[in-house]
Amino acid sequence: MSAVESYATKLVRNRMGLWLFIISDAFVFVGLFVARMVLLGDTRPELDQGLGLAVTIMLLVSSFFMNRAEVEMAHGNRPAFLRNTFITMALGVIFLLGVVGVEWQIAHFGPADGQQGAVFYAMTGFHAFHVLTGVIFLFIVWNNGRRGHYSAEKHWAVEACAIYWHFVDVVWMFFYVGLYLLGTPIV
Amino acid sequence: MRFFSTSFFRGLIAQAAGTVLGMGLVMALRVIFGLPLSSPVEADDAHIREIIVVGGVIVGAITFMIGAGVFTDWFKWARGEETSDDHTPDPSKPNWMRYFSVDFDHKVIGVQYGVTSLLLLLFGGIFAMLFRIELSGSGITFLNSEIFKVLLGYDGPHLYNTLMSLHGIVMIAGILLGVGAMSNYLVPMLIGANDMAFPRLNAFAFWINVPGAAILLSSLFFGGFDTGWVGYPPLSLRAPLGMQMFLIGVYLVGLSSIAGSINVIVTTLTMRAKGMSMFRMPIFCWAALATALLQFTATQLIGLSFQLVMLERLLGMTFFDSLKGGDPVLYQHLFWFYSHPAVYVFILPGLGVISELLPVFSRKPLYGTRWVALSSFGIAVVSFFVWAHHMFVSGMSPFLRIPFMYSTLLVAVPTGVKFFSWAATLWQGKIIFKTPMLFALGAVVIFLLGGVTGPPLATIATDLHLHDTWFVVGHFHDTMFGGFIFPFVAAIFYWFPKMTGRMYNEKQGKIQFWLMFIGFMLMSNLQLVLGLLGMRRRVVDFDAALGFDTMQLALTIGGFMVFFGMLLFAYNIIRSWTKGEVAEGNVWDSRSPEWQKPNPMPLHNYEHPFEVVGEPYDYGLPNSRYVNMNPAGESPAAH
Ligand code: HEM
Ligand SMILES: [Cu+2]
Repeated sequence: MSAVESYATKLVRNRMGLWLFIISDAFVFVGLFVARMVLLGDTRPELDQGLGLAVTIMLLVSSFFMNRAEVEMAHGNRPAFLRNTFITMALGVIFLLGVVGVEWQIAHFGPADGQQGAVFYAMTGFHAFHVLTGVIFLFIVWNNGRRGHYSAEKHWAVEACAIYWHFVDVVWMFFYVGLYLLGTPIV
Repeated sequence: MRFFSTSFFRGLIAQAAGTVLGMGLVMALRVIFGLPLSSPVEADDAHIREIIVVGGVIVGAITFMIGAGVFTDWFKWARGEETSDDHTPDPSKPNWMRYFSVDFDHKVIGVQYGVTSLLLLLFGGIFAMLFRIELSGSGITFLNSEIFKVLLGYDGPHLYNTLMSLHGIVMIAGILLGVGAMSNYLVPMLIGANDMAFPRLNAFAFWINVPGAAILLSSLFFGGFDTGWVGYPPLSLRAPLGMQMFLIGVYLVGLSSIAGSINVIVTTLTMRAKGMSMFRMPIFCWAALATALLQFTATQLIGLSFQLVMLERLLGMTFFDSLKGGDPVLYQHLFWFYSHPAVYVFILPGLGVISELLPVFSRKPLYGTRWVALSSFGIAVVSFFVWAHHMFVSGMSPFLRIPFMYSTLLVAVPTGVKFFSWAATLWQGKIIFKTPMLFALGAVVIFLLGGVTGPPLATIATDLHLHDTWFVVGHFHDTMFGGFIFPFVAAIFYWFPKMTGRMYNEKQGKIQFWLMFIGFMLMSNLQLVLGLLGMRRRVVDFDAALGFDTMQLALTIGGFMVFFGMLLFAYNIIRSWTKGEVAEGNVWDSRSPEWQKPNPMPLHNYEHPFEVVGEPYDYGLPNSRYVNMNPAGESPAAH
């Protein structure tokens, strides 16, 4: 008979697997950052600073709520977990709207306009795709939590979602610096 | 017709439907956003068609996975449903169906990988034979035949370029799948686990290769591509639509690498039998672990570079086109950051197989086991810092040349450790020349050639002459045949009784070995010589005045010998699978735990976990034990 392994054994493996995935995924972003440094050097695309700062704060704050959600679940407080997860999700959606819905529209260059276009749309696009998958993940966790799944002892999905979300957040911190702060704007 | 209910068939139907659907979707989106669906200008029209086709192909790959049922359990999880961990197959279905269906048993997945790998190697071989016929004499003759124009719409030099490029990349895909075959089949069995850590991810990792391979091969019918397997821009920005099929296909195979390698790492680190400390873990598992480390990190960068080329082609984003201010050398850095480590991905498992087999067939302990285990890691780590040795003439900053030369030469140290270990293991051994051993020995000899031809390429002064000549071609064929093809064949022969419960045909195996060994020696040494004499690689023709005609003809003959050897191999295993002699028990008198179990391996590997009580490779030492198959002590313990 195949031994049905305990939750604890699986948890160890799941954690390791997830972290490996994150390291692996990080290589994509490092690669993009390198491409940015090579192509733009000490210049940067001209972007709306206020908007950039606003979406960055949104994402940072969302990580705080994500952390609250996970801790609440670990304490078995389902309503608080659901509330915090929902807020995280909402902030994620606002971030996406801010970047894809507004910044992409008001930028005075398109993807085909030189290196700054290529770099800007590639970096924000790859990252936005990750935010989108994170939001979907959050929705799944929220939806299942609403229907009574997860407990203080068993909530690997919540933990995984939180780790992934923090990762996506950390990546943006670097990308924000790379796109909005580093170097002088191209006019 | 049970075949119609297999995952394979349903997946292909779903892929076809999904491709059409995806193309419709892209067209609909274009209409909504007010973009044209065609254009009177031919170049614009081709561009629009490319966008539509690429959209369709990507959707098709996803629908394949859905149709095949790879995502079913994950969808259930997302809906909050439980799935069973008991993967006992449905007894009402015939056994062969498991191999065409999504199955979570690592042994089934291993065989699926292996068969797909051999099929890809066959395709790659056919491409090579086609352009070898052309190259066996000067002048362009064979590839100008009418038939190609009729079948594919192109011929001559462009056809040569396409065949040569496809040969390279299809072989690489085949090798990656072969690596997957070995690590999936062997790792759990050797460490005493009953399956991989994440069986569903494992199934995903295999199945994504099927649409990947289909898309990759389809490039032949989309106008081909002429960049070689490296896909350098700016050429890859201008190549026909087939280029996109290459990029998407390789990307999907790369995804498989990443998913598969995460599985291997977690499995080796957390699922070893009791008493199996890291240094008592078999060498093959060390090699698989080192390989996985390379795969799960570096692969992302080839994925990224290919996506950037796709974006540049589709949306006009300028990353690499120097005419518009892009940087083609950036592509080469991203590409080789993966593709150099990738060459070690190809060979490390094979070298692991050699280290597994030599002690068994020379009945002596593996010399310096720990150092051999660590050398795989040494190679893996160093290989991250050598990639620019492919770019000495690319126009990158000259100051980068020297450090990359030294780091490259450093690889010889851990590789040398392996060679000394093999030589010392064979020394004064009672060598048993069975087919797997012949292939392992052949591999050592051939890989040695690959090793000694590396340093002249790593040394800048000589590489300036040798770069882009057939010398490079000879070098990497040596490394890949010595590091993968021969060990892979050895592994299949060696574990064939484990897989099927039957024995392969020894006589045919030996004929195959000599055919392939002599053929390969002829082929690769002539490649090296021609390269030294100045034969450029990736060209369809050469001047008759160079006097290469005889050598080229001999080279073609060598190539065909290798090809026929592999055909004989296919015949041997297909026939022996059902008609071979029944092989019972510990066929090779091995100490490894899987051979203490019946053939073929029982469904759930080890019902009672075994315990490791000694060193794995102490062959011939009196009173040494490796595993205690029955630590509970219910019946007399096996040796
Ligand atoms: C002692 C170890 C090795 C050294 C020093 C070495 C060095 C090199 C160098 C410098 C090149 C670039 C040549 C050029 O394009 O001008 C090269 C090419 C290549 N090597 Fe190695 N190599 C070694 C082992 C291997 C191994 C183990 C493999 C694995 C299969 C391998 C596969 C390749 C391939 C595929 C290429 C050609 C890539 C291309 O341009 O298409 N090498 N090698
Ligand atoms: Cu290399």
